[in-house]
Amino acid sequence: MNEIRSQGSPDVASASKVGLGDGDIHPARKGPKDFHPWLAKRWQDHVDQYGSPGRQGWQSGPAYPKSQPNASRRDAVPPEGGRPGSSLAFMQTQHLDANNIELGILNPLGSGQGVQNPELSAALCHATNEWQLAEWTSKDNRLRASVVVPYEDPVTSAAEIRRYADNPAFVQVLLLSRTAEPMGSRKYWPIYEAAAEAGLPVGVHAFGYGGHPVTPAGWPSYYIEEMTGHSQCQQAGLTSLVVEGVFERWPTLKTVMIEAGFAWAPSLAWRLDKHWKTLRSETPHLKRLPSEYLREQVWWTTQPMEEPDAKENLLDTIEWMGWDRLIFATDYPHWDFDDPAHALPVKATEKQRRAFFIGNARQVYRGCAG
Amino acid sequence: MSLLPKGAIDCDIHPSVPSIQALMPYLEDHWREQVIIRGIDELNSISYPLGSPLTCRADWRPKEGRPAASVEVVRSQALDPFGTSVAIANCLYGIQLLFSEDMAAAFARAVNDWLVKEWLDKEPRLRGSIVVPTQNVEMAVDEINRCAADRRFVQILLLVMGDTPLGRRHHWPIYAAAEKHGLAVGIHAGSAYHNPPTPVGWPSYYTEDYVGQAQAFQTQLTSMICEGVFTKFPHLKVVLLESGFTWLPAHLWRLTKYWRGLRMEIPWVDRAPADIVRSNVRLSLQPADAPDAATLMKIMDHMQSDELLLFSTDYPHAQFDGTAAIPAGLPESLVRKIAIDNPRATYARLMETVA
Repeated sequence: MNEIRSQGSPDVASASKVGLGDGDIHPARKGPKDFHPWLAKRWQDHVDQYGSPGRQGWQSGPAYPKSQPNASRRDAVPPEGGRPGSSLAFMQTQHLDANNIELGILNPLGSGQGVQNPELSAALCHATNEWQLAEWTSKDNRLRASVVVPYEDPVTSAAEIRRYADNPAFVQVLLLSRTAEPMGSRKYWPIYEAAAEAGLPVGVHAFGYGGHPVTPAGWPSYYIEEMTGHSQCQQAGLTSLVVEGVFERWPTLKTVMIEAGFAWAPSLAWRLDKHWKTLRSETPHLKRLPSEYLREQVWWTTQPMEEPDAKENLLDTIEWMGWDRLIFATDYPHWDFDDPAHALPVKATEKQRRAFFIGNARQVYRGCAG
Repeated sequence: MSLLPKGAIDCDIHPSVPSIQALMPYLEDHWREQVIIRGIDELNSISYPLGSPLTCRADWRPKEGRPAASVEVVRSQALDPFGTSVAIANCLYGIQLLFSEDMAAAFARAVNDWLVKEWLDKEPRLRGSIVVPTQNVEMAVDEINRCAADRRFVQILLLVMGDTPLGRRHHWPIYAAAEKHGLAVGIHAGSAYHNPPTPVGWPSYYTEDYVGQAQAFQTQLTSMICEGVFTKFPHLKVVLLESGFTWLPAHLWRLTKYWRGLRMEIPWVDRAPADIVRSNVRLSLQPADAPDAATLMKIMDHMQSDELLLFSTDYPHAQFDGTAAIPAGLPESLVRKIAIDNPRATYARLMETVA
């Protein structure tokens, strides 16, 4: 993050020699009119008059002020101006080319998910999907899109997934982690059914507007608590997906937990296993140990990668999870970007590094085997 | 076979209020009358459903009534078999769930007086935690001051999920009182259920509720560190009870990374979160969820301290079989620290009253 690093580490060369995957890139709109080609006049006017609030109190801006404008790297403002992430040309120069990104997954944020008005949410999400095709994936074949869905209306979401099911530019369905009900609840099942049917993994990105306090003990005071807390929100969502039986019901469904770190996964798996063994009379629909579903149907993007004092501790964590579970991600252009040259500061075999930096992504996202 | 050294200190056992009738002698007239006139129900929280296999181990479950409801049964099931020298009684009667501050304060007083008369006076190995009406901080502090005169109270008991995060400044008078009286602050699994028990709403299954307790502990640790509780109260000892502990290293790696990036927001936090935990925070041993001895030893290594864990059975909750409260694979020297030295160092009052 905001630490001064020494330059010229040998990792720079080895990281950039191999083409990389990036499981979390955030394209931004230059302005609200970017969506107008795909947004009915009614909704354009609606947004002008009433805005597009999610379940939080501000007319604009996030619930907790970020640490940087637009939560972005200061050096990511395009030379021609505009929001970081809004210029494909600058993204190519600064990130895709410079870091040798061969496969970049687009996860558009602030794009209509979690908007209170369900019809507006659906209209904005659809516009986002068309915008990804028109402005991004059609112009750079390293980029792949996510089907952004208005997940609080799962039936409409399922229709949106099916609309793009045969379009190879889309490789993932995107949800945000802070849903209105725990992610495994039956309400959301049409989404998983459609995703499994299309062979699209469900990516769960940090943030969202479920309307609940972001901790189970109420609203915290600080942005650092919200950021740290994304791990807990994702653990809650993943617990729900396992215990409610989503993985059992759709054994081919893949999920990718995005931008909430990963080192929490082993402990969550052990805890689920231990207590499920005691409480299994409650969930006869689960046929396997909870950890087995996690081991086979869940992946984690790496950023923001946990940084223990003793770097080798992270090797234990990755071995507990499996080297096949991690998908390297930078979170470009956001401030807590993980630099690929420094992201894996532990000894790993060439095979492990390759899986970590691109191999796993090629396995998870359809049509990306290279 | 028990790996426990003689004289272990059990930091988390749960005597039950057998029924609201047992509290009647300890309630003030008004509330005794209210219980009768209004037909007030038992105050048993859904955090531990009576019949759940986790709430009481099968071989500890009585034929009828609530588990762990008499001194005799606690002696024979929780103290004698483990050779326990001292055990800290954390009563989980659902005071914190009430919406009326006055009712919560009245029932907290009754539970604490009941604990003294029915438990501490009858069994010299027992120590108590002060149940407080967290609904109103002034009332909570009054109750702490009232009970603190009895040196057998060694801790203030809070639940991990209340109305607002525990670091928030309006809770600080509780920590000031704790520091003043030499009491630890124990934060136990459980919710007031005034917020959904997950940050993404109400789950369908009890399993999710119980597993999710660990995430609540993680957010409370974040809150107390980031708000500066330990900067303001450097001598405060906070004990996470029935929290699990294998999540701690990964959580601290993450929190420390964000602290490096965002400390401008919380400049009063002048030490790395892991350092703060090592000096001020402890965790009870059970539930221990590492899958095997080798993994457990790696977690111990990741914790970077042998002073963090305190022995607990979590009696009568079902966390292990027989007397195997110490997970296999821990070296004898570490077991001794967990069972005896660490609890002694954590609870300032613990050894005062031992003959």
